[in-house]
Amino acid sequence: MKKLFFAFAIMVGAMSLSSCSYNSMVTADENIKGKWGEVQTQYQRRSDLIPNLVATVKGEANFEKGTLTEVTEARAKATSVQVDASKLTPESIQKYQEAQGQLSTALGRLLSVTENYPTLRANDAFRGLQVQLEGTENRIGIARKDFNEAVQGYNSKIRSFPANITAKMFGFKEKGYFQADPGSDKAPPVNFDTDTKKEVTK
Amino acid sequence: MLKKLLLCLSLVLCITTIFAQDYPERPTQSPVADFTGTLSPQQKEALDVKIKAFEDSTSNQIAVVLVKTLGDYEIIQYGNGLIRKWGIGTKDKNNGVLVLVAIDDRKMSVQTGYGLEGALPDIITQEIIQNDMKPRFREGDYYGGLDAATTNIIKYTKGEYKATKKASGSNTGRRGGSAGFVIIIVVIVLIIIFRNRGGGGGNRVIGSRGGANPFWWLLAGNMLSGGGRSSGSDWGGFSGGGGGGSSWGGFGGGSSGGGGSSGSW
Repeated sequence: MKKLFFAFAIMVGAMSLSSCSYNSMVTADENIKGKWGEVQTQYQRRSDLIPNLVATVKGEANFEKGTLTEVTEARAKATSVQVDASKLTPESIQKYQEAQGQLSTALGRLLSVTENYPTLRANDAFRGLQVQLEGTENRIGIARKDFNEAVQGYNSKIRSFPANITAKMFGFKEKGYFQADPGSDKAPPVNFDTDTKKEVTK
Repeated sequence: MLKKLLLCLSLVLCITTIFAQDYPERPTQSPVADFTGTLSPQQKEALDVKIKAFEDSTSNQIAVVLVKTLGDYEIIQYGNGLIRKWGIGTKDKNNGVLVLVAIDDRKMSVQTGYGLEGALPDIITQEIIQNDMKPRFREGDYYGGLDAATTNIIKYTKGEYKATKKASGSNTGRRGGSAGFVIIIVVIVLIIIFRNRGGGGGNRVIGSRGGANPFWWLLAGNMLSGGGRSSGSDWGGFSGGGGGGSSWGGFGGGSSGGGGSSGSW
């Protein structure tokens, strides 16, 4: 009789514990989705700015065309990689980040090339675009940081005991982080060999 | 497993303490926070009066913060952390603007909360930095730069959230309503309880009433403090403690997503 009672008590205890963590897991999961939406919005915003930037730079006489096509291609590629908020696996995040990272590199290269065109830098439209791009990059940085923090809370929750049992039971999987961009601390190298670059992107 | 958990916990603790140490304490007296001693008391006072007057009429909160150095942070990151930590702007409108100057790093930024990104777009903040702050800062005229910058910020954000008085009025009204509702419920519950106990022995009633007393006191105290908060000021309430005898209620719990721009001189 006593044994039965104990078993019952343990079951009740486990259930109440796991139900608690189940609900908070759902909350954390939804929180991540919200943060992911913000990340995508900001990347989209950057992507929307690029055609304007390209158009403005194209107006500049004899501007080096290679960097321009590179940016356009990287943008097309980046917009084709979309990650649904319900599939935020480490792999899909990494893929997304890679595509956006390539665009970042291409953009950085384009902006560093514009240093050689003083008339362009004096152009009001171009300067406005530059400020907007900068602001967007800032927002991307913060959206990514918020997302990472949300994922960190969630991941540590579903991996710690006893919530990990509930997580396994209900299929809560670990989510992916944004990694620090490799080479983001270095200035992008100016590459004049555009042909080999194209092969890589293909 | 326990070890892992403990490690996790201590890590989290470490992180929070690090964050806590990175940012200066939230000011409770004035939205002008000079941690460097650059501004004279008169200059501080002038900015203070100007910002508070603007705040009274629009609810937009401008914070002017001077620090020595940002450490390893980028200025936008640091400023964003400051806006969130201090809660610059009101909680429902996120209408804060931060003017941040790092004297030793020779960097400045004008950063906006979510609610003012439209009225004060990045390009305008950049203009303010380039035209108002940079030239004056180069000459060492920090007050002049900050004065011109805040004037322009006020100019651009004046139109946004004009109907603040109304908004905050309805806010208090709503809160008062819900408090009234709670009071009614509590009164009903009290009546029921005392009716039921009326039939019992006298001694026991006193005993159990004595036991219940602290609970009711707590409830009443909670309600009182809640009511006092909503009617005592136009604010959404202090997000933290603080706020002594000054007319200024402190920052209201606003947030930001990285709006604004930065520069150096």
